[in-house]
Amino acid sequence: MLTAANLACTRGERRLFAGLNFAIEAGGWIHVTGENGSGKTSLLRILCGLSQPEAGEIRWNGAPIRELDDEYRKILLYLGHQTPVKEELTARENLQISGALAGTVLDEADADAALEQVGLGGRERLPVRFLSQGQKRRVALARLLTSPAPLWILDEPFVALDAAALEMLAAIIAGHLAGGGIAVLTSHQEVTIEAAARLTLRIAA
Amino acid sequence: MSATTQMGTQMSVIAVAIAVVRRDLLLALRRKSEVLTTLFFFVIVVSLFPLGIGPEMSLLRKIAPGVLWVAALLATMLSLNRLFGADYADGTLEQMTLSPVPLGLLVSAKILAHWLVAGLPLVLLAPVLGLQFDLDPRSLGVLMVSLLLGTPLLSLVGAIGAALTLGVRGGGVLVSLLTLPLYIPALIFGAGAVEADISGLGAGGHLSLLAALLALAVFFAPWATTAALRIALE
Amino acid sequence: MSNRLINWFRFSSPQTFYPLAGKMLPWFIVLAIAFGIAGLWVSFFVAPVDAQQGQGYRIIFVHVPASWMSMFLYVVMAAWAGFGLAFNTRLSSMMASAIAPTGALMAFLSLWSGALWGKPMWGTWWVWDARLTSELILLFLYLGFIALQAAIDDPRRADKAGAILALVGVVNVPIIYFSVKWWNTLHQGASVSLTKSPSMAQAMLWGMLLMALALWMYSIAAALARVRAIMLERERHAGWVEELPEMRA
Repeated sequence: MLTAANLACTRGERRLFAGLNFAIEAGGWIHVTGENGSGKTSLLRILCGLSQPEAGEIRWNGAPIRELDDEYRKILLYLGHQTPVKEELTARENLQISGALAGTVLDEADADAALEQVGLGGRERLPVRFLSQGQKRRVALARLLTSPAPLWILDEPFVALDAAALEMLAAIIAGHLAGGGIAVLTSHQEVTIEAAARLTLRIAA
Repeated sequence: MSATTQMGTQMSVIAVAIAVVRRDLLLALRRKSEVLTTLFFFVIVVSLFPLGIGPEMSLLRKIAPGVLWVAALLATMLSLNRLFGADYADGTLEQMTLSPVPLGLLVSAKILAHWLVAGLPLVLLAPVLGLQFDLDPRSLGVLMVSLLLGTPLLSLVGAIGAALTLGVRGGGVLVSLLTLPLYIPALIFGAGAVEADISGLGAGGHLSLLAALLALAVFFAPWATTAALRIALE
Repeated sequence: MSNRLINWFRFSSPQTFYPLAGKMLPWFIVLAIAFGIAGLWVSFFVAPVDAQQGQGYRIIFVHVPASWMSMFLYVVMAAWAGFGLAFNTRLSSMMASAIAPTGALMAFLSLWSGALWGKPMWGTWWVWDARLTSELILLFLYLGFIALQAAIDDPRRADKAGAILALVGVVNVPIIYFSVKWWNTLHQGASVSLTKSPSMAQAMLWGMLLMALALWMYSIAAALARVRAIMLERERHAGWVEELPEMRA
């Protein structure tokens, strides 16, 4: 369960938001919406522990994430605006190193299976720089299939995906939630994801 | 994702570090041009000095240790933006920050890989260039040892500068301004070791001091670099 | 004012420190001028003429205090920056940024006065003496700190990055000084040294002490003035800044 109490965020000199509270249980997801520049990305980065909030506290299963530190990072998976893949490595190698950074060995068969599932079957051994933008994004998304992390924090995950890929991602997230995971994501578009609970958080100036 | 939660076995922290070293080495191997240009820079800079000063061998023998060391220093500095730059740009550095494995360890792994690719070749190439300055074999040996101790020190200290200036305007030149003053002790003891050997005083003292600095840097530099990285990624 | 002793944390916010700094500023200027006049008087009229170096040696009364101040200010700057990093206080970091240019000025003054001393005495504008060379490197460290903070747009990131640089620098300053001394003593060519000053007469010591105090008071005054400017710039959107009489005018 993820809770936030009285979160406030300042970027540069602007106060983006204050007094933000929410709580979400396993199986639920949060849809963060708001105008461009309203602080959605900042909120997600604070939830990851990448930035510190101006005020307030975030707790995972009751414990403040600042204290949990490495424990929190073990259960967390974050995908931001960037596509964190190395161009010179193959799709498979990228997945494997992502697994290693999360502390798990990912063997080739499992990596290939995940890549197959996101529609990159047959391209596992291609250096990523030969893939299209959308395909690169899928390599990054394949991590969702190989990671055991229960908390997903995704910033604009649906961007640069075609209709089929969009559906696939929604299904992956739904599956994750059904298995007891939590997801926090931002999206400009309206998305339907089957879930036990859904919370819409609107950040307004 | 319950279906895949049991996928894969846990990796020990050392195994993860090794995986990062392998990754960086693989990346350097697949993008050789960057690595080679730094080496060529080293060779060219060393050649510039005789061209600027004159081919008189007795003079060149005297300035050789300093010239070779300064060139190695400059070549290392040029390669510093490669340490974190690419990973910062594509978001993989951010992912490393979010790893449950301690960031300090990952950073140390990256610095090690950087040294293997940028520093070690200088150690191996320097004696060859030292021959152009008519250094005798024993002095060349001392030169190699001094660079073997010194180049990791340069990578470690340089990493701090590289981390502080990530994504900052004018990063390349700024790194030089920040890092060169911190390189001076390494330069003094490193070049000094070779000079001491040439003049018959023995390089032992210089090399011990260099080794001491290296030990200090191994403990403190990753720590400072990690702090600087977190600040850069906030 | 008795509150100040008990509750000095109250002044750790820019809003309360701004007026306090404003009140302290004129006092430090007065002290700087007072010590300066006393110091210069001792330097020029009381201290005896040096047997070997004649009147020209008197530049030591600027050179040595400036060197002391440049090193002292670096440590103070690093301390403020360290506090700002550890306790996440904006004002501490602002103080560090305020001190840096004055520290650089002291280093520059030390180098310049060293050069002026060297020329009439030994015929060269520069000598690679251990102290002067270390002073030059210290100037580079100051400039690096200032350049880094200038290059980073986000003020909080600039504060923290500068703090790391300053702390790394402060650890390195003794190492650099030691290595430069080593370098200098092993190269027998350097037969002249600005550190080999003649045996100190009482009056000379007094002169240097007074000048050091003058420079110290000046540095505090300059830092206070500068930190006020930094506060105004960084907090310009805050309510209390807009309420200031200077802003209303």
